[in-house]
Amino acid sequence: MTDEEKKRHAEMNEIELVIGHVLRVGVITAAIVIILGLVLALITGKTGYPTDTFPTTFTTIFQGVLAFKPFAITMLGLFLLILTPVLRVVVSIYAFAKENDQMYVWITTLVLVILLFAMWIGYHG
Amino acid sequence: MINSILLLAAVGLFAGIFGAIFGIGGGMIVTPVLTIGLGLDIKYAIGASIIAVIATSSGASIAYLKDDMLNLRVAMFLEIATTVGAILGAVLTGVLPSKALFVLFGMLLIFSSWNMVRKLRASKDEEVNTKTDMLSNKLQLNSTYYDQASKKQVDYKVANVPGGFSMMFGAGLASGLLGVGSGAFKVIAMDTIMKMPLKPSSATSNLMMGVTAAASATVYFFNGSIKPEIAAPLAIGILVGATLGSRIMQHLQAKLLRKIFIPVLFLIGLQMFLKGFGVSF
Repeated sequence: MTDEEKKRHAEMNEIELVIGHVLRVGVITAAIVIILGLVLALITGKTGYPTDTFPTTFTTIFQGVLAFKPFAITMLGLFLLILTPVLRVVVSIYAFAKENDQMYVWITTLVLVILLFAMWIGYHG
Repeated sequence: MINSILLLAAVGLFAGIFGAIFGIGGGMIVTPVLTIGLGLDIKYAIGASIIAVIATSSGASIAYLKDDMLNLRVAMFLEIATTVGAILGAVLTGVLPSKALFVLFGMLLIFSSWNMVRKLRASKDEEVNTKTDMLSNKLQLNSTYYDQASKKQVDYKVANVPGGFSMMFGAGLASGLLGVGSGAFKVIAMDTIMKMPLKPSSATSNLMMGVTAAASATVYFFNGSIKPEIAAPLAIGILVGATLGSRIMQHLQAKLLRKIFIPVLFLIGLQMFLKGFGVSF
């Protein structure tokens, strides 16, 4: 390995540590929320919704969480889990920018744009 | 409800451990177990499995990041292909008959397991690619990792970027269509086509699966295919299992890892192939 490659690799380790931290916080938060909803459902024996139904829109999940409905809390946790990879992409853009890696700022931004486009299709399709 | 939640958490734990070890998403294990084992509707199995894929990816990546096996630039660059493929796959789901897709998917996996057997016979030890490639130099994809099993720092170069990129598009397409992480395809793209060593390939594949799955997961989330009582206990079980699995993986030799991986790949392929003809086992 050349000196420049070694330097680049050391920089990469720094970026990866930041991303690792973000992933950890995101995943643990999502897991706690999911477990909270499940435990609440197990204790009360109720999901907060009629049999075989659960909230799937931002509005109904938000209202359900405020009313402390178990399955609304679980759905919020599942949504947070879905967001963790998206969050990782966002943090990667910042990390690459901090390391002055212009090319990978653009590559990673492109990935984020594609992801946002996918979400848009999911919500409206 | 308590029993089914505990059972699903156990299924998740099992899927998480094996998913992380082989670099395949929990989804590849979860969907057959839920549909064939527990007789669940395929629609909800796919919804739960996409959550499983994200949980495996995020859970396993935490451990990999600490161990410096991941190639983040390779992951980011190839994610352009996987996410575009995943969107197209999600859109195509309603158009193409899923039977045909199961058959094609199964055939490719069976071919891949045969290809891995051939490779294992040709070279006893894992060869590290050291040939310089113009495109991978330009994209700064070459890297290094510390191999715990052989206690050596391994420098490697990445080959055939266009080939790997095309394979990743296919992997994303399959992910969007079937609600799987397509980890096997991703490992093949990096390990077989781009000549990356198996361990960084598995680690990078695990991280990429989460981003690919997030694209299709939003669709499943908003159309009601993600049932909280199924997906939630699975996700928790998988998170714990994936963390354990990535720990176990570092202490195995690359050759042993492959030997375990080949029959797994073959059986999943056979199962998917037969499912396309309406045969389940």
